[in-house]
Amino acid sequence: MKKEFKVIAELLPNNTRVLDVGCGDGFLMNFLREEKNIEVRGLELNQENVQLCIRKGLPVIQGNAETELHQFPNQSFDYVVLSQTLQAFYNPEKVLKNLLRIGKAVIVSIPNFGYWKVRMKLLFFGEMPVTKTLPNTWYNTPNLHMCTIKDLFKFCDEKNINIKQVVGVNEDKTSLIKKSNLEIKNLFSKLGIFLIG
Amino acid sequence: MPSLAGLFFWMNRKIEDINKIIVKKPLKLDCGKTINNFPLAYETYGKLNANKDNAILVFHALTGDQFVTGTNPITNKEGWWVTAVGPGKAIDTDKYFVICANVIGGCMGSLGPKDTNPENNQPYGLDFPVITIKDMVRAQESLLEHLGVKKLLCATGGSMGGMQLLQFCATFPDKAFSAIPIACSSSHSAQNIALNELARQAIMADPVWNNGKYVSKDVQPKNGLAVARMVGHISYLSEKGMQEKFGRKLQEKADYEFSFNADFQVESYLRHQGYAFVERFDANSILYITRAMDYFDLSKQYKDGLVEAFKNQNTKFLVISFSSDWLYTTKENKDIVIALNASGADVSYSEIVTDKGHDAFLLNEPEFLKTLKGFIDSMYEKFKNEKRI
Repeated sequence: MKKEFKVIAELLPNNTRVLDVGCGDGFLMNFLREEKNIEVRGLELNQENVQLCIRKGLPVIQGNAETELHQFPNQSFDYVVLSQTLQAFYNPEKVLKNLLRIGKAVIVSIPNFGYWKVRMKLLFFGEMPVTKTLPNTWYNTPNLHMCTIKDLFKFCDEKNINIKQVVGVNEDKTSLIKKSNLEIKNLFSKLGIFLIG
Repeated sequence: MPSLAGLFFWMNRKIEDINKIIVKKPLKLDCGKTINNFPLAYETYGKLNANKDNAILVFHALTGDQFVTGTNPITNKEGWWVTAVGPGKAIDTDKYFVICANVIGGCMGSLGPKDTNPENNQPYGLDFPVITIKDMVRAQESLLEHLGVKKLLCATGGSMGGMQLLQFCATFPDKAFSAIPIACSSSHSAQNIALNELARQAIMADPVWNNGKYVSKDVQPKNGLAVARMVGHISYLSEKGMQEKFGRKLQEKADYEFSFNADFQVESYLRHQGYAFVERFDANSILYITRAMDYFDLSKQYKDGLVEAFKNQNTKFLVISFSSDWLYTTKENKDIVIALNASGADVSYSEIVTDKGHDAFLLNEPEFLKTLKGFIDSMYEKFKNEKRI
């Protein structure tokens, strides 16, 4: 299992109700259900992935998180998980607010545009960065709103969103990110995982 | 070819031989009248296993019947859902025990308007009580009892079958472990009521219909009924699907005939479908069943609407819609999903992309059939484990 999912699974208490937005083939949902007795629901756009979830007996709704989150009632989940998709929405602010409406807490992970290799690529080569976490080139990337861990920190501050915990991930290493170590962690984390709400 | 009257006689004789139970328990209908000791015809496929955990109930649509797969012994044609149900199919009858009953108001052995009214020994005709989707569903409860099925692995149905299924889940929340409503709606839309009215008016405009009293004369208002069926067939296809299938192609001719014969293939298709239908379906049944569909509004039965209808559901749902279906649209199917979500039910949803319109659920639509199979098989594993615990 990838490190990101391990971190997310550790953040989620057993026996809770979790909505996985953009649940893909249901890998995380399946793990949460089997190992932590979590009641899971998924939202997924891709038909093939929806079928894979259904075949595993995972409840999944085919739909677009950008336009179809309204169907979930207020505070109907303990947690809502959004893995590396926030930057791909037309209106990430609206989506995030919706997630906070649906879940009592939200876990959102982002590929960190402030990671040093990303910065180097732009600074020294003058090219849009292509890395393992950002595998697409500028013309075919689904990412419309790239941001850094520091950006999302600032965003939460400005919008009065309570940050409960932030975990930085670099390959197999994880570290807690606080305001005091934000500058350095923003440079050395490939991913940022935020627990907010 | 036998005369129509002869054909009906022959059909009636064969109908005597099909499986049916006599429902003794009085059924108080929504209209206020009560029926009792009425026949309910059904068919089963596959075997109920020792644990009785492999039963799947199928609800049929407007013009369907209990003969889901194999050869329909009355019409000698393939069952209406042969694409999805049978040995090795998505709903695998080697593994599952499939049950389907003919709805009351129908004409394939269950109590319907062509049966004899015990009060005057005449065919019911319009003296048959107006029935609802809820009446149809409640009539089928005794069948499960008769077959010894306490809890179904799954219940499913498309179109009106899906509407029966939603009613079934609301009325009997503990009877199905899982449910697959397909291309349906929780309340019949104005457009669908209008199309049904068109079908009814076509039948009633046929002088042979004679206020529904044609049955005693061994005739059938076939022109009206055929037009009613043509309306249906147009609504089951999508604009794109129809264009691709027929376009402006002519029917076995090089040029226009400058007449009102069926020049175009699409005309010929509709005429064929319309007139083939009159040989197997009773016109009054169309009136009664379409009326039941029009009256269907599940939210109206509960003070707090649909959310309350689905409250306390332990059933696991999979809702399926088809992108080009304009009769029971994706939007209507999604409204069911939203209500199920709001009531906290376990619900999955998939929209199958297809040009085949509403008909898609009856056709060989691989993505649809894969989804159906994946869900039912995974539910079986869960249900088995749950029963063991």
